[in-house]
Amino acid sequence: MTSVTGHADTQHPLSSSEVARIKADFEILEHPINGTDLVYLDSGATSQKPRCVYEAEQHYYETANAAVHRGAHSLAVEATELFEQARETVASFIGARSNEVVWTSNATEALNLISYSLSNASAGLGGSAAERFRLTRGDEILVTELEHHANLIPWQELAFRTGATLRYVPVTEDGALRYDLLDELVTESTKLIAFTHVSNVLGTITDVERFVQAARRVGALTVLDGCQSVPHLPVDVKALDIDFMAFSGHKMLGPTGIGALYGRAELLDAMPPFLTGGSMITVVDMEHAEYLPSPQRFEAGTQRIAQAHSLATAASYLDEIGMERIAAWEEHLGTLLLEGLSQLDGVRVFGPTDAPRIGTVPFEVMGVHPHDVGQYLDSRGIAVRVGHHCAQPLHRALGVTATTRASTYLYNTEEDVAALIAAVGSVREYFGV
Amino acid sequence: MNELDQLYQQVILDHAKRRVGSPLVEPAAAAQGESHQHNPICGDQIRVRVGLDEQNVFTSVSWEGEGCSISMASASVLSEMLPGMGRDQFLTTLDAFREMMRSKGTATPDEEVLEDAAAFVGVSKFPARVKCAMLAWVAAEAAMFGASS
Repeated sequence: MTSVTGHADTQHPLSSSEVARIKADFEILEHPINGTDLVYLDSGATSQKPRCVYEAEQHYYETANAAVHRGAHSLAVEATELFEQARETVASFIGARSNEVVWTSNATEALNLISYSLSNASAGLGGSAAERFRLTRGDEILVTELEHHANLIPWQELAFRTGATLRYVPVTEDGALRYDLLDELVTESTKLIAFTHVSNVLGTITDVERFVQAARRVGALTVLDGCQSVPHLPVDVKALDIDFMAFSGHKMLGPTGIGALYGRAELLDAMPPFLTGGSMITVVDMEHAEYLPSPQRFEAGTQRIAQAHSLATAASYLDEIGMERIAAWEEHLGTLLLEGLSQLDGVRVFGPTDAPRIGTVPFEVMGVHPHDVGQYLDSRGIAVRVGHHCAQPLHRALGVTATTRASTYLYNTEEDVAALIAAVGSVREYFGV
Repeated sequence: MNELDQLYQQVILDHAKRRVGSPLVEPAAAAQGESHQHNPICGDQIRVRVGLDEQNVFTSVSWEGEGCSISMASASVLSEMLPGMGRDQFLTTLDAFREMMRSKGTATPDEEVLEDAAAFVGVSKFPARVKCAMLAWVAAEAAMFGASS
């Protein structure tokens, strides 16, 4: 593995000077945008990558590239070793065992994997072991109104395919989850509960324990969307006691094209496969095939080997700095964002004020459409996300069609936040509102 | 003028506020059509209603919608231009507008043809915003083709 820059001082909170050193690991942040320094506040969409991450990918291609789990030559052995080491590293990063991490293209595919596997079980595949995954008319799937479309539509489709009913935990007009309705919504009919760990729009952190307790009471499966939590918070799947979790590589300093599904080993081993083909079988004849246990059972075809290695490098980089410290720094930035934006005339911040948050803050500038806000900020070198952030139902609940969202990461400085607040403060004047 | 000021020319900012042609009205015309267009990237949407007489000349245009200043201004400018225009002339103007939008900032718009819509030339430098400017025009085209008495 290429060197990970030494930032280790894991006992103390991240200091501004340490963040400045971290920022220097990110080449792209040094390149001016529109003639000014880049202020990247769109890590909720995708994070930037430190040099060690793409150097790891390059190094892999230069020294170890081969197909894994087949072939007897030295490179094949080396590549297989790196691939499986990567799985161990990423598994350990989330507190899982390595056979409980399945590589996918992204988090969306990980969620679809569960949806289609359950659908296959419902069609009778997977034999008696898969019986517990069967859904039928009268069964219920529970989601929340906060969800990213990726953790909503696969469940809508699963309901359509199986005849099950999709229900959801609503939010208040501030976007707070209605935990008070959980007891009523989770019944003996509930077979699966899918919910986000951190809202990709509001940045609010879900009380996972309440959902897990409700699910355990009726024996429902739990699926956690970890896309916005795994990159920003310490996440331990065993402590959270969830059954499945999906997360993406590119939001946690890793490359695009790879994500992962965590699942309890006993569940993954009993589920029928989703994608089928090479590398996931034991014995094949012309009529049928037997499948390998997890994770290979869900990894048909040639895998994202370089990307897995590169993602593991990202996880090690984060681990070396310390997720607790990263979370604390982002909480600090999030507070500055919230306070600074709330104090501006004609700016409204969305989300409940009393819920814990990561450094993600959505807002609106009264009288100026988010697209125009984003365009103005871009002219100042500030990158934010505008639109519905793949969460149309949540926006509807908030009473808007679109918002502007600033989202931080470990490389963001207090100066970045100050630059955003100053620029947002001049938006209305520019548009003559 | 910097690129941002070229994008947000005063005529665009003014039209975004004035919203000529909004809200929707019921046209008293020989033929009428309506189209609802949606930009799935940002959720912007517009409903355009047109009325045409027996000679296929636009007698009225009205719309309602929600979106950024570019999409709202574009609908407003179009509503000012369209009444009195024949069907073929609209299609010629639409072609000119579309060509300008695809020019990535290189076009010199023909103001004879495009009138106030020439102000949108600055939008063509921002590929992410071209769809905003096109939304009302595409809706008007679909409404015209779908018009019936």
